[in-house]
Formats: sequence, C-alpha cells, structure tokens
Amino acid sequence: MATSPENGAHRWDVDPILSVEHLFMRFGGLIAVNDLSFKVGRGDITALIGPNGAGKTTVFNCITGFYKPSEGRLVLAHGRAPTPDEVAEVTRVGERALTGPQSGVYLLERMPDYAVSGQAKVARTFQNIRLFTGMTVLENLMVAQHNALMAASGFSIKGLLGLPGWASAQRAATEKATYWLEKVNLIDRADDPAGDLPYGAQRRLEIARAMCSDPILLCLDEPAAGLNPRESLELNTLLRAIRAEHGTSILLIEHDMSVVMEISDHVVVLDYGTKISDGTPEAVKNDPRVIAAYLGVDEDAVEEVEAAINADTHATGTSS
Amino acid sequence: MAVQTAETAPSAAQAADAGSAVAHAFKDAFVTGLIALGLLGPLIGFETIIIDGALGLGYRPSLLAIMVGIIFAGRLLLNLTIWSPNRRPRTRTGPTVFDRAGVAVGPVVKPALLAFAATFPFIASYTLGGWNESRYLIDLGILILTYVMLGWGLNIVVGLAGLLDLGYVAFYAVGAYTYALLATSAPVNGFFAGLLGETFWANWAFWICLPVAGLFAGLWGMILGFPVLRLRGDYLAIVTLAFGEIIRLVLINWVDFTGGGAGIASIPRATFFGVPFTRDENGFAALFGLEFNPMHRIVFLYFVILALALITAFATVRLRKLPVGRAWEALREDEIACRSLGINTTNVKLSAFATGAMFGGFAGCFFAVRAGFVSPESFTFDVSAMILAIVVLGGMGSQVGVAVAAAVMMGGMEMLRNLGFLKQVFGNDFDPSLYRMLIFGFAMVAIMVWKPRGLVSTRDPTIFLKERKAVSGDLVKEGHG
Repeated sequence: MATSPENGAHRWDVDPILSVEHLFMRFGGLIAVNDLSFKVGRGDITALIGPNGAGKTTVFNCITGFYKPSEGRLVLAHGRAPTPDEVAEVTRVGERALTGPQSGVYLLERMPDYAVSGQAKVARTFQNIRLFTGMTVLENLMVAQHNALMAASGFSIKGLLGLPGWASAQRAATEKATYWLEKVNLIDRADDPAGDLPYGAQRRLEIARAMCSDPILLCLDEPAAGLNPRESLELNTLLRAIRAEHGTSILLIEHDMSVVMEISDHVVVLDYGTKISDGTPEAVKNDPRVIAAYLGVDEDAVEEVEAAINADTHATGTSS
Repeated sequence: MAVQTAETAPSAAQAADAGSAVAHAFKDAFVTGLIALGLLGPLIGFETIIIDGALGLGYRPSLLAIMVGIIFAGRLLLNLTIWSPNRRPRTRTGPTVFDRAGVAVGPVVKPALLAFAATFPFIASYTLGGWNESRYLIDLGILILTYVMLGWGLNIVVGLAGLLDLGYVAFYAVGAYTYALLATSAPVNGFFAGLLGETFWANWAFWICLPVAGLFAGLWGMILGFPVLRLRGDYLAIVTLAFGEIIRLVLINWVDFTGGGAGIASIPRATFFGVPFTRDENGFAALFGLEFNPMHRIVFLYFVILALALITAFATVRLRKLPVGRAWEALREDEIACRSLGINTTNVKLSAFATGAMFGGFAGCFFAVRAGFVSPESFTFDVSAMILAIVVLGGMGSQVGVAVAAAVMMGGMEMLRNLGFLKQVFGNDFDPSLYRMLIFGFAMVAIMVWKPRGLVSTRDPTIFLKERKAVSGDLVKEGHG
C-alpha cells in the first residue's frame, strides 16, 4: 500500500504530509532528540517506535507545538506536497504558514500549540489520557469543536442574545459528535461524565475528541497502552476506518507490536534520540539494529550486531 | 488507638472487647483532658487584671475546670459513640442524602428562591407593619444580594475557569470609583448641563455610569489577566491578592484624584430612570401619586440589585452553554488538553477574568450609588476573602449554591449580632459579639468537613443527548490556576 511497485518509491517520499527535518531537542545538557529527519506520508499510518526513553514523546511534543524544538524544521503540507521552493520561501520570509486555496505549507516549529491544532489541523492524544473528566462525553466532543462554534456564536455575542445561526451550528456540532460517538461505540454513554468511563473507552473517547477537531494529521501517543487484545483489535479497525473514511493521516507512538506491525504502512524507529531505522514494517522488523536496540536478542547477538554497527557507522555507544 | 472494624472482628470477640473499649475510651479522654489542661492552663487559667493601677495576675480555676471538663466529656462521648470501634461503619453507595434531596427539590428551589427574592420587600413590610420598620431587613436584603452578585461574578473566574482570584475586590473598587468619580465630576456635569439641561447628569449619572463601570472593571480584569497568564495555583493567588491591595493603596495614596483615605462623599443618589426620589413635585412619589417616603428609594435599590444579580445569573447560565463557557470549564479540567484541541487558552483566561471583573464592576457601581460615599476602607482583603468563601461554600460553579451561601454567610453574620440571649447563660460580662467570628468560623469548618465540595457539589452538564445527568463533584476538578 505504501509502496508503488512501478518505481519503488515510497509514498512518504513522494507525497509527505509532514516532513521532520534535522530536529534537535535539548534539555540543558541532555539531547533528547538528535538530528532526526523522517517523513510521514499522506494517508499513511506511520508508527514511531523505540525503547523507553528514546525520545518519541518529545518528538510528538515538538510536532504538536508543546515544545519548541531547539533546531530543525517541521513542514506540514495541506492539499499537496509543496515544492522545495515553496518551503524555502516560507522559511525565508519568516511567516508561520503560506496558504493558498488548494494547498498550504505550515512550519509547525514556529506555531504555538493551540495554532498547531486549530490552524494546521494536527490533533493529538496523550500517553496519560487527558479527558475533561468532570464534563460529559458529549461535552468533551463539543469542546473539541470550540473554534468552529466560537465563530458561529459570534464570539459569544450572537449566542448570548440567542440570535439564529448559533442554534443550527450547535445542532450540527452535536450531530458530528453523535457520529463520532457511534463510531467509537460510546453513544450510550454520551451523557455520562467522561471520568466514569472504563479505561479502554476513555482511550477511544480521546481519539474521537481529537477527530472532532477535523485534523488532517492525527498523532496518537500510545493509543493501545492498557488495552486488552480485543480492544487492541477494535482500535486497529477504528484507525483503519479513520484513514479510509476521512483521509486522515495517522502518526502513532506504540509499544504494542501487534498494533504496529498490523496496521502501519511505515515505521520509524528511534533510539537515544536518533533514527536507527525507517521503512515498511517488514523492512524494519528484519533490521538488525532494530532487533538489537528494541526487539531484543540474546547476549552474543547483541555484541555481534553492535560490532557491526560500530564498524559501518559511528553509531551511538549503547550505554547499558 | 486500636482500630477494629466490624467486618474483621467476630461478634463474640466484640462483646469481650466492650469492656476494654470503654476503658480505652476513658483513657483516651483523660489524655485529651490533660493536653487541654496544658494548653488552656496558660490561656484561660490566667488573666491580667488591674490592681491599684498596676498590672496584676488573676486566676480563673473554675473557668479552666469547666473548659477542660467540656473537652473531656466531649471526647469521651465521641469515643463511645461515633469513634467507637464496635460501631458498624455505614457503607454508603451512590449519591448521598443531600444529593438525592437536591435532585428531588432541585426544580422547585430556583423558582421558590426567585419568588421569595422578588416579593421580599413586601413580605418584610407586611410582616413588620410598614416600610420604615422593615428598613433593616430590606437593607440586609440589599447587602445579601450584592454579595450574591459578587459571588456569581467571581464564580465565573474561580468556579468555572478554575482560576483562583484573591483580588476580586479590586474590580468592585474599580466599579465603585468609576461611578463615584464620574458622577461627582464637575466637567462631566458641566458638559451635560450645557447639552441636556442642568439636572440631567445628577438624574441619569447612575444609569449611564453603570455600563461604563462594568466595562472599565472588565478592562482592568484584562490588565490583571495579562501578567498572570503564565501563573497557576498558589502563585496566581498571590499575584491576584497583590493586585487587590495595589488598587486599594493607589486609591488611598492618589489623593488628588480619588480623595485618598477620606473617600468621595455626596455621590448622586439613584433615580427612578431619571425621576429622583425627592419630596418635590418632580419626584417619584408625586409622579406616581404616592405619599413621599424615603423608603421608596431603598426598595427601588433592592430591585435594582435584584435585577443586576439576575442579569449576572442569566448571563452566566447562557455563557456556560456557549463555546466560551465550555472552554472555561475545559480549562479548569485540563489546560493542556484544551491547547491540544486548538483552544487559545490565553483568550479563554482573559475572557474569564474580564467577564468576572465586569460583574464585579456593576456591583461596585451599585455599591457606590447605594452608600452615596466610597472610601478605600470598603475594599479591603476581607471583602475578597468573603466573596471567595461564598463561592467555595456554595459549591464551585453552582448558581443556587452560591446564592444560598451568600444568604447564609451575610445573613448569618447579621443574625449573630443578635446573641443577647447568651448573656443570660454566661452572665452580663459576656459580650456575644466578640464570639461572632468564632461561631462563624466553626460553622464554615463544619460545612467544609461535611460537604467538602460546597453546598451544591454536583455539576450540571451544559448539553445532553438523551438524559440530563448531574456530574458527581468527585470527578469535577477544582482547577489549578
């Protein structure tokens, strides 16, 4: 799916929705992300994997604007892949984004977190679920449509006076929320507080909430963490449906290999803040560096592989 | 203290333990009594008295004995009843009695309170036999309603948006001084006198200044909002506290502009939409063919503050159902999640500060017109603390709870002035008014122990698909700044 057999080019190279270019993130003396570059294909499900502490969530936080990267460029493309000239132009003029009627280029590293979601349309979920626990399930989804509803309510003035237009906008928003609640199978719990839902349902609700903000790129931080095998399977179905029916590209961090290998078109492997592998699931699965760093091998093999790595690159010293 | 729950201890063992439990209860009460003796000995046992013009030491052994006795007996009683190890703990599932009662009477409470508030002056006048006799009660009603309104205004900031604001009195002051300064300003008066007649400004100042005061306070809310945007929790509270004090100190020290500590006097009184409450033929009484009575103005003021408070409540209820209100509550629940959904939390915080401050400004304007005099003395930290206590006690985010809390706190404080009967118990030397705050503090501690999330601890959802279910207070976050 990700590869077009004719020329062998990967989709993420041909039509990237997000290009991470030479991303560095330093916290004082600690380099959490070290010269990371990778591309996320439009319409792909891309998985970002790596051992604990590899810097995956830091990359996520950089992409979604919660951290300002120390260095690097994050190019998000709406509509079609931008030409290098266009990207260079936006970079040079110092604007956050260059938008046309059909396409747009957003430099995420220049945008504050709320604009990454609101304007660039990159939604995210969190490793430790962050729902509005004291609000109902439906309210959670209404908050996600804040920007659209805010405009429809005439920045509260129309809504306060009860002018027409606001009611229909609210109805439309409720319909959209209902659609997503049916999608994630939570319609019966719509009026319950989000904090009362079981863990798996909270995970699904967080995805539904992110989707209610109409993203073109959905970033999921360990969506399968804490799910049982059946729920993991449902999650796979849900993510495939999101991609198929809404054309939303998905970037996910995941430890559950059954999810990663099952649904992703493209896998990027991080270790100690650097990329050690990048390719289709099959290619990554068989990459000796990945096996050494992540999937685990017996002692002798580790030494063998490490020797091999040190021989052909000046790779990181595995300080274990 | 041996903790033994009913589940773990077989009943036979319980019976055998009963004797030792009583012994233990006595022992514990005795130790408590000793501690009380040690603590109260110096505090109550001695008193300073004047002997022949010199300071001497007096002793009060009987009072000390009474106090220690009360503590010993109370502890013993509690040990044998509520804290008794043999007592079967009541397992509570589901909503408490209060929650269920709240659901049952909930729909009736609001109209009933509203009807009572709307007819209160007439009830007071009827039962007390005339307007002049009911002046005290109606004044108290005005005071309570002012605090209801302030509570509802602060509720937006603290209860909905979860931003702890200890300097709310600043906006009250801004509103009051806006009216006081504009209404007494000679240039403004002169401007309108030339344009619309000599008495125009005196008659209309309040109605024109009311929105101005609100907008001005809202503006100051934004000005305060900017520097504290990045602060949360304790730090936010400290800065807002400082802001409240700064406003007061500026009012004291900027003598040329504000009149300093002497304040501003003879502020024009409220008028019935331009018709003054005076004895002459252009006055309110003559216009409506009534006999002149100064109470007309007081009753009118009561209805003005009632209307202002209801506008506050109406606007808050409306705003809660709008995206901005949902964003306030979402901000209280989780700020980071808000930002991940494209909500500009800066705007959300500023709008909460500004909206809350605006209602504080309206209330301040009303305060100035009611009192006819403003001075910085009226805007101390005590007022902020009182309003915050009303919001916390009422249940953060709840309209009815805040209203009831305001009535209880302000009304209760006043009621506690009438503690004359205690003199009969403790003798004529006893001054009950000294114990007013103590009793008040006890009541607050008791309520917070009993209902830690305030009188109304459930949250009403702003939208529902099939059924409106109240959200339990345990799930609702308090906000963190």
